[in-house]
Amino acid sequence: MSQVRLLVGTRKGGFVLTADGRRKEWTVSGPHFGGWEIYHMKGSAADPNRVYASQSSGWFGQVVQRSDDGGQTWNPVGNQFVYAGTPGTHEWYDGKPHPWEFKRVWHLEPSAGDPDDVYAGVEDAAIFRSRDGGKTWAELPGLRGHGTGSHWRPGAGGMCLHSIVLDGGSNGGRIYTAISAAGCFRSDDGGTSWKPINRGLHSQYIPDPDAEIGHCVHHIALHPARPSTLFMQKHWDVMRSDDAGDHWTEVSGNLPTDFGFVIDVHAHEPETIYVVPIKSDSEHYPPEGRLRVYRSRSGGNDWEALSRGLPQQHCYVDVLRDAMSVDRLEPCGVYFGTTGGQVYASADAGDSWTAVAHDLPGVLSVEAQTLP
Amino acid sequence: MVQIILPAHLRTLAGVSGEVWLELAPPVTVAAILDAVEARFPPLLGTIRDAQSRKRRPFVRFYACEEDLSHDDPDTPLPAAVAEGREPFWIIGAIAGG
Repeated sequence: MSQVRLLVGTRKGGFVLTADGRRKEWTVSGPHFGGWEIYHMKGSAADPNRVYASQSSGWFGQVVQRSDDGGQTWNPVGNQFVYAGTPGTHEWYDGKPHPWEFKRVWHLEPSAGDPDDVYAGVEDAAIFRSRDGGKTWAELPGLRGHGTGSHWRPGAGGMCLHSIVLDGGSNGGRIYTAISAAGCFRSDDGGTSWKPINRGLHSQYIPDPDAEIGHCVHHIALHPARPSTLFMQKHWDVMRSDDAGDHWTEVSGNLPTDFGFVIDVHAHEPETIYVVPIKSDSEHYPPEGRLRVYRSRSGGNDWEALSRGLPQQHCYVDVLRDAMSVDRLEPCGVYFGTTGGQVYASADAGDSWTAVAHDLPGVLSVEAQTLP
Repeated sequence: MVQIILPAHLRTLAGVSGEVWLELAPPVTVAAILDAVEARFPPLLGTIRDAQSRKRRPFVRFYACEEDLSHDDPDTPLPAAVAEGREPFWIIGAIAGG
């Protein structure tokens, strides 16, 4: 029988949750790296036992950990993220130039075909790549250097490259990234050259709401069968693009609020997507204190609330940008973690939910692995 | 031998359970101690000071002989009591609430 492994990064350590294909009984192991912030953990599709973890601390900086046994044991690998060439400057909160400074790794994205090949999205925003299993890292400098980088500004949470989507299909060299608060960017040549892909985004919180850059994109998602269709949860607005990000249209539709952080796509239905609406940019909790996932089976606009098994009163948690994931079983499993330390699982594509962990530290990220 | 006391998180990362003793040639300085610690425990590279600039991380402190040496020139020779192992060299994670 198949298994599911959840890699859960939290404010105070990493946790590994496992269940068989029924997804009813879960075993929790951890904390791994107790006391450290684990921004993200992700396994390789080429070798599911290869898992990478971003371990971070305000005191001691960045560590990258690697497991070769599915998260049972770990070894630190390389943590030197040095910007290529002369790093230059981006804009600071006061509008003045500010030197690029590495702070932490937000997201690790193993490539589909080689467990030693992994990308890292970092703060201050840049993308790095390792081809030796995380021992050494080299920046793909074309992203910061394509022309707009000197005008990027941090959002309140820092200037982070938090989303990396690799298109391993017919557009094998295509990479999408998203940066807060710069926007989305695409490379069609494996990360050598990049361009902004933000046309159609409209953000009232920047001086020119339709600017080429400056949009606070919270997360992007893609179904492998539709590599040119992207879904986005922006600071406000849920968006989609059907031309690889060249143009975006809003699909917020009947959502109770279109602010939020996560967005993900059903494993088998490319037009079925999930978001967790959050009340507003100043009140980061669910509207009315009711935690609801919203599902659209039409790629947006028409949304249904999914609340069975989720708290429907006095719930004031948040669900952060990397804290939702899907498995590849049938029916599709959907998972998300909250800042209140709960991890919710649905084994029926979102129709019903169960808290499979109640009292973890605040959850930063959730990644599901489907194992044979 | 110089006695070095690491903060708990760095002991875990280094895979040690207690204080660390390292042989250092004179002059024993903060920079020489950190060079030796990083050479002996490569996972600690970048966790105490920036690996490129070699500047102390802001929330790390260096204490010895009841003195805060964090702001001293890292190439200044340390007191003989540290160099001779009679007093430990403390690497501290600065106190923070929450």
